[in-house]
Amino acid sequence: MDWTALSVSLRLAAFTCLLLLPVGLWMGRTLATTRFRGKPLCEALVALPLVMPPTVLGFYLMQAFGVEAPFGGLWARVFGSGLNFTFTGILIASLVANLPFAVQPIQRAFETVPANLREAAWCSGLSPWQTFLRIELPLVWPGIISALALTFAHTLGEFGVILMVGGAIDGETRTLAIAIYDRVQAFDEAGAGIMSAMLLLVSFLTIGVVYGLAGRRRWRRA
Amino acid sequence: MPERPGSPASLSVSLHQPGPIPLSAEFHCEAGELLALVGPSGSGKTTLLRAIAGLYRPAQGRIACGGEAWFDSGRRLSLPPQGRRVGLVFQDYALFPHLTALGNVMVALDHLPPRERRRRAGGWLSRVHLTGLEARYPGQLSGGQRQRVALARALARNPRVLLLDEPFSAVDQVTRRRLQRELAMLREQIRIPIVLVTHDLDEAAALADRLCVLHGGRSLQAGPPEALFRRPASAEVARVLDRHNLFSGEVVEEGGERRLAWGPWRLEVAAGLESLPVGERVTWYLPPSDVVLHRRGRPSQGERENPVRARVESLVVLGGITAVSLAFDHTGQTLSFDIATHAARRNGLARGEPVQVSLLAAGIHLMAAESHEAVRETT
Repeated sequence: MDWTALSVSLRLAAFTCLLLLPVGLWMGRTLATTRFRGKPLCEALVALPLVMPPTVLGFYLMQAFGVEAPFGGLWARVFGSGLNFTFTGILIASLVANLPFAVQPIQRAFETVPANLREAAWCSGLSPWQTFLRIELPLVWPGIISALALTFAHTLGEFGVILMVGGAIDGETRTLAIAIYDRVQAFDEAGAGIMSAMLLLVSFLTIGVVYGLAGRRRWRRA
Repeated sequence: MPERPGSPASLSVSLHQPGPIPLSAEFHCEAGELLALVGPSGSGKTTLLRAIAGLYRPAQGRIACGGEAWFDSGRRLSLPPQGRRVGLVFQDYALFPHLTALGNVMVALDHLPPRERRRRAGGWLSRVHLTGLEARYPGQLSGGQRQRVALARALARNPRVLLLDEPFSAVDQVTRRRLQRELAMLREQIRIPIVLVTHDLDEAAALADRLCVLHGGRSLQAGPPEALFRRPASAEVARVLDRHNLFSGEVVEEGGERRLAWGPWRLEVAAGLESLPVGERVTWYLPPSDVVLHRRGRPSQGERENPVRARVESLVVLGGITAVSLAFDHTGQTLSFDIATHAARRNGLARGEPVQVSLLAAGIHLMAAESHEAVRETT
């Protein structure tokens, strides 16, 4: 059992969820509640990682992370090191790959909140910020839980993008999914089996806990 | 716009914009008064209400309450909804589904300490007869109960204006009558301007002190319901108010007296003719209540007044009331009025039968043949 790989996977999933939550809330709410030119384009861009083959996405990210590319070069100049084959690199790749999983459920949830609830809150004296915290957030809660569950589970299982950007450096970029592949390549099927079972268990527990948090309402909506 | 002199807490509204929703509306509402904005769908009623609440920002105009400007395009002033202290009851009530009835009302009492908030919210729920249902969620309440929660929430903040957007349209008729009665009673206790948006003219007439008639975003006429129903300022107002007896005639002189020429008849008119020049074309309106059916074979009071002959075009029995429509030889327009069904039977009214009616001179109301004037106050 590769505990280091499990720890990399869990760290990656946790950071991805943590960083994507505010992004998902902001983008999901904006896309659901405002109308602007270029909105279909924005929605298409958010959904793009969903339809792109992971290796293709990984390839482009690897290219972008290179020190000769504008983004990778800038990053290297600011932080002193490149992004390819680093944990930060696979985290950024994971953020991009999981954008649709974080944004879309939250956007759908905000779309179900009638606009006049917001207006009723304003007329009752709540500021826009209080309205968001006390009226909108409780109503979109199941959407947030959904987004977190999907992002977490998807990050744990991500293979192609991570392999392209991060390779399989022990303790840095080798996630459990990649470690399993390595075991199989080394004809260690027993090791691969244990790790697969572990991944299955962790995924199941996460989803279980998360849906438990969303409450029974989540089930009624499903 | 010069502000109308009124009580210190009155609401005055004057809004104009060419589009996207055309508006040209001016009205005011005194403290303790209930003003109904009436008009067909798309006449701008709800937009005006939203503008008062601060949820819609028109291009030009001014909204002031109690001398304080809430919106003034000239000064680039527009207070946010939170700064206006408006109680708004939405058409679908817009209750917060994740909060109980008590929680919904408490949201509007945020400025108070928590314990006081709970006590006040409970007090408001009891005033709208919802004691015992504090812990229910909106999904567990009936339509009428939801409307009451929305009303309690709107009033809880001690608003300076109460705005009601079709508040009775989503409940059954029995509940509607009860809620209307409760609103009429509640008015005794709150001395603020109340603006009611409705497309139901009977409701407006029953509840409002004054109506403001809107069409295409323009305020056409404002005044007490009875005055508007009897003396609409224009044919357009009459149509919006669902008044049917509109005819066109001409001012003539006969034997030294002004008369209204209508087909073969020269009608006497109680007021309005003297100021019009001979030859002027006018539109005239007669309230259904001012049509008197002559009894067959027995003369009755009022028969000397503008007797005209017609034939019955249609009879529609609606329970104890029969809606009668009369046709004339000289015009395609019909004259409608209601009589008691037993009276229709006794008079042997039937389709195609000739009848004679009197058009009461006091009821005939003259209007310009084509009129698109803005607000004319009828008091």
